[in-house]
Amino acid sequence: MEILMAFVIGILFMTATYLMLSKSLLRIIIGTGLLSHGAHLLILTMGGLKRGTVPLLGEHAEHYTDPLPQALILTAIVISFGVTAFFLVLAYRSYQELGTDNVEDMKGSEQND
Amino acid sequence: MSLLHIAIVSPLLYSIFIPIFYKNFHRIHTGWFVLPLPVLLLIYFLSFLTNITKQNTVIESMQWIPSLGINFTAKADGLGLLFALLITGIGALVVSYSIYYLAKDKEKLNTFYVYLLLFMGAMLGIVLSDNLVVMYAFWELTSFSSFLLIGFWYERDQSRYGAQKSMLITVFGGLSMLGGIILLYIMTGTFSITEIIHQSPVLFQHDLFVPALICVLLGAFTKSAQFPFYIWLPDAMEAPTPVSAYLHSATMVKAGIYLVARLTPVFGVSSVWFWLVAGVGMITLTWGSVFAIKQTDLKGILAFSTVSQLGMIMSLLGVGSAALHYDALDNNIFTVAVTAAIFHLINHATFKGSLFMVAGIIDHETGTRDIRKLGGLMHFMPITFTISLIGTFSMAGLPPFNGFLSKEMFFTAMVRVTQMDIFNLETVGVLFPIIAWVASIFTFLYSMMLFFKTFTGKHQPEKLEKKPHEAPLGMLIPPVILVSLVIIFGLFPNLLSESLISPAMASILPSLLGAGEEFVVHISFWHGFTIEVFMTLGVILLGIILYKTLPKWIKAYGIMPKKFSLFHLYDRLMEGSQSVSYKVTNKYMTGSIHSYLVYIFAFFILILLLTLYWKEAFRLDSSNVSSIGIYECVLALFVVVSSISILFVKSRMTSIILLGAVGYTVSLYYVLFRAPDLALTQLVIETISVALFLVCFYHLPKFHRYETRMRFKITNALVSVGVGLVVTAIALSAHSQKLFHSISKYYVENTYEEAAGKNMVNVILVDFRGFDTLFEITVLAIASLGIYGMIKLRIYRRKDG
Repeated sequence: MEILMAFVIGILFMTATYLMLSKSLLRIIIGTGLLSHGAHLLILTMGGLKRGTVPLLGEHAEHYTDPLPQALILTAIVISFGVTAFFLVLAYRSYQELGTDNVEDMKGSEQND
Repeated sequence: MSLLHIAIVSPLLYSIFIPIFYKNFHRIHTGWFVLPLPVLLLIYFLSFLTNITKQNTVIESMQWIPSLGINFTAKADGLGLLFALLITGIGALVVSYSIYYLAKDKEKLNTFYVYLLLFMGAMLGIVLSDNLVVMYAFWELTSFSSFLLIGFWYERDQSRYGAQKSMLITVFGGLSMLGGIILLYIMTGTFSITEIIHQSPVLFQHDLFVPALICVLLGAFTKSAQFPFYIWLPDAMEAPTPVSAYLHSATMVKAGIYLVARLTPVFGVSSVWFWLVAGVGMITLTWGSVFAIKQTDLKGILAFSTVSQLGMIMSLLGVGSAALHYDALDNNIFTVAVTAAIFHLINHATFKGSLFMVAGIIDHETGTRDIRKLGGLMHFMPITFTISLIGTFSMAGLPPFNGFLSKEMFFTAMVRVTQMDIFNLETVGVLFPIIAWVASIFTFLYSMMLFFKTFTGKHQPEKLEKKPHEAPLGMLIPPVILVSLVIIFGLFPNLLSESLISPAMASILPSLLGAGEEFVVHISFWHGFTIEVFMTLGVILLGIILYKTLPKWIKAYGIMPKKFSLFHLYDRLMEGSQSVSYKVTNKYMTGSIHSYLVYIFAFFILILLLTLYWKEAFRLDSSNVSSIGIYECVLALFVVVSSISILFVKSRMTSIILLGAVGYTVSLYYVLFRAPDLALTQLVIETISVALFLVCFYHLPKFHRYETRMRFKITNALVSVGVGLVVTAIALSAHSQKLFHSISKYYVENTYEEAAGKNMVNVILVDFRGFDTLFEITVLAIASLGIYGMIKLRIYRRKDG
C-alpha cells in the first residue's frame, strides 16, 4: 500500500507544481492546496499504514496506529488552512486593486515599485 | 607604549587638531602648524643613527590582539630607519613647499593637511612595523589617504577618475598581499617578520612558498607602479603637486620597494623571486623610459620617469637577491646591486622630489605644464632653472651629481650578472646589461627633453596665461635643499655609506653577515677605465644624437594604436565587467515569478537526484509494506483522475470543485487509514476552503470571459514531472530503509496513566506537545487579523479603477 501511496503522492506533487508554474493566481493557489494534500498524505504514509486500530485507548486493541504523525498532520492542516485563507483574500484584493490575476502582469513598474 | 610608538602614530593623532587650528587661526596658513611635526620626527629618527651604525636594532612591542599573535611591534633597523628619514625629511620639505603652493583663502587646507598627516603616519607605520598584519593595516591606510589626496580637487572629473583608478589597483594589490601574509602565517605560525626570517631556511621547501611569494609580489608591484600596474601613476598626477612630489615620487611608490627589500631574506633564495623581481623591474625600467618621451605634460614625463626609476630599483633588488647564493662576504661582488638599489632609492627621492616641485613652480608661475607651450624660461626663472639643471642631469646620470654614481653602480651590478652561474644566467645574463644600457639612453633622452624644452629655445608669451616670473623664496627653499643634497651626496657619497647604506644592507641580506661583521660600502667617482665608463659615454653620445634627431622619429610612437595601450585596456576592462555583470543580472532576474519558481524547482530536482545517485541511497524494499485493499485503489484512482483533470479543465469553477473532490477523497483516506480526528478536520476545512474559493472568485465580474485552458509548456511539464518523480523516489527510498523504531510506544502506554485521556491524538496535541497547538492557534489568529485588515484597510485606491 505504501508503494502505491508514494506514486499517488508523486502525482499530487506533479500536478501541484504544474499549476504553480502557471500564470493565473487562482491556479497557483489551487496548486498550493494540492501540494499540502500531498504533503499531509506523505507524512501519514511515512508513519506506516494500517498497523493497528484507531488510536483510541477505549478500543483495547493489541496494536494502535502511530498517533504522532496524525497529531503532526492535524497541526499542518490547520496552519495550511490559515495560510490558504490569507492567500485567497490577498488574491481577491489584488484582483480588485490591480484588475488582473495574471502574475506576469504584476511586475513592479517604475512608478509603483 | 614607547616613544617609538608615539612617534609612529603622532601624525595620526596630530591630524585631529588640524581642523581646530584651521578654524581658529584662519589668518595663519595651516601648514605652519603642521610643519613642526615632521621636523621633530626627523630629529627624533636622526637620533637613532648612532645606534643603527653599531647594528643595534630597536624593538618595542605593544599588545594589540595578543590572542591572534597580532601585536604592534615597532622595529627600527637600518632599512626601516632609512625610509623613516626619507618620509619625515621629504615630508617636512613638502609641507613647507605646500604652504606657498596652496593659497590659504582658496583651498580647503584643513582637509589637505589632515590627509597628508594620515598618509605620513601610515607610511611610518609601514616601514617601522615588525608585525605583518599591522603593516598591512598601515598599507591600506596609505591607499586610502592617497585616494583622498589624489581626489583633493574633487570637482574635477579627472581627479576623481585618477583617484578611483589608483584605489582599485592598489587595493587589489593590498588584498593579494594580505593573502600572502596569511599564507606566511600558515607556513610559519607567526606574523612577526623577524621570526619569519629566522624560519626562512625551511620555508623554501613548503608547498605554499610560491603562492605566498606571488601574492606578496602582487602587492609590491601594484603599490610601486611596476609593469603592468603602473597605469594608475600617470593618472594620479591630477593631485596637487606637493602630493605628487611626496606620494608619487618619494614615499608611497617606494612602499613596494620596501616590501621587496624587507622580504628578500624570506623569499630571496628562490629563482621565481629573482626572475619576477628582476624581470618585472627591467621591463618597467625600459617601458617607463621609452614612453616618457611621448608625454607632453611635465608631470606626465615625471610620472613615467618615476615608473622607470622604480623599475630600476626593483631590478637591482632582484639581482641583489642572487647574492644570497654566494657565501663569501669578502669576495661577494654581487652585493653591489643591493648597495646600488639603496643608494639610488635615496638619490631618486632627492632629485625627483625637487623636479616635481620645479614642475609645480612652473605651473604656478606660467599657468601651464605643457612643454609644447613652454620654452625659453631660463631668463625669467634663473633659480628654478638651476634647480632643474641639477635635478635633470642627476636623473640622466651625469657627473658630478649623485645620479651618476648610482647609474655607474647600476651598470656594475648588471655587468656582474653575466658572471653569475645560477638560474641559467650564463646564457641569458648578457641581456641584463644590454637592456639596462638601452633604458639608460632613453632616461638620458627624456631628462634632456624635460630640461631643454622648458628652459631653452624660443619663449612663447602668447601661449602662456601669465607673464612668467621667478617663484617666491619660500617655494624655492625646499627644492634648493633637495638639490643641494643631490650635490652633497654626489660629491661626498661616503657620508651615506657608513651611516645608512651599510645598516640597510644588513637588513636586506642578514644571512651574509656573521657575528660582528658589517658591509663595507665604499662609493667612489672613479674606478679607472672600466666598462661602466664606456657605457656611460655611449649613453651620452647616443642620447645626444637621438635628441638632435628627435623630431624625425617621434612619429614612430604613433604606430602603436591607442586601442592596445594598457590605459585603454584598463578602461575596457572596467566597462566590460560592469556591462557583463549588468547583462548577467538582467538575464536571470527577469521579475517573473514563473522563472524564479522554475529555478527553485530545477535545483530541487537536480540536487536531490544527484545526491540520491551519488550516495546510492535509492532502495526499494517491499517486505515492510501493508496490504492493498480495493477501497484504497478506488480512492487512489479518484485522487489521480481529479487532480490531473484540474490541469485540463477550462473553467475555474470546475477546477475549484475538482480540488474539493481531491480534499474529500483525502479525508476518506484518513478514514481508511484509521485517523478519525484527521478525517473530521479535513472534511470541515475542505468545505470551508471550497466555500472561500467560490466566494472569492465566483462573484468577480467579467471573470469567466477570460477563462481559457492552460497552455502546455514543455519546460513546465518537465519540471513538474521531475518534482513528482523526486518526491516518489525519496518517499520509496525513505520507507524502504527505516533506521530505528518510532517513539510512539511511549504515547500509547502513557496516554491514560500520565495524561488521563483516551484519545491519543488529542492528548498529544494538548498535553504532550501542547506548544505546537498554542502557536498554531496564533497562526490562525494572525491569519484572521490579516484578512480583516486586508479587507477593511484601504488607504490607497487606484483612481482609474
